[in-house]
Amino acid sequence: MPITSQQLEEKLKAELQASHLKIVDTSDGCGSKFQAVIVSPQFEGKPLLQRHRLVNTVLEAELKEIHAFSMKTLTPEQWQKEQS
Amino acid sequence: MSQLVNKSRIFLNNRVLLHQLVARYSVDTGSHEYISGLVKDKKVVVFMKGTAEQPRCGFSNAVMQILNFHGVKNFGHHNVLDDEKLRQGIKDYTSWPTIPQVFIGGEFVGGCDVMLEMHKNGDLIEELKKVGIRSALLDKVEGSSKKD
Repeated sequence: MPITSQQLEEKLKAELQASHLKIVDTSDGCGSKFQAVIVSPQFEGKPLLQRHRLVNTVLEAELKEIHAFSMKTLTPEQWQKEQS
Repeated sequence: MSQLVNKSRIFLNNRVLLHQLVARYSVDTGSHEYISGLVKDKKVVVFMKGTAEQPRCGFSNAVMQILNFHGVKNFGHHNVLDDEKLRQGIKDYTSWPTIPQVFIGGEFVGGCDVMLEMHKNGDLIEELKKVGIRSALLDKVEGSSKKD
């Protein structure tokens, strides 16, 4: 069973209370390459490296299967600024 | 007689050489000890797929482009595709699941995404400054602002 973006979204939503998620499978559904935008209040006060580590921990099992996972990690505040 | 002494001297010297070679090639390149030496070897050290001249992965290539953009030349680079022990060892060392991995001043900075972000927000210039590397980007920025 290939990993789907939906599967990743559900996990991130549950574990990080992500308020906005956009995960795109850039391997055309093969489940090997993903690009993610993750907005979570849990990123607040954390430097970039710690945010990425947090996501890596949540998706530890999946990342063993995924060949390439590229992410943008934003706080709700940063996300709002980016939208305006 | 002196010939014999010479011969035994060569033999002794070679034995030292042999020992050095054995020590060198029996080093566990995946060990914490070995890697902690590698990451401090140069101010900037990259663990990547392929070589600096010929990266064999888009993410490793992106890191090379960024370093090149900042004019960082004398950096260490290690091809994990050549060494399976190192490939796993570096992941264990940093608890970071992917390659490439970048170290500045012996400290783990991040992978491709983090480098890209730091490049965009200017943090990379600061990190390089801390280890005494002046980013070439500063000169480019100053050069263009003078024209205004």
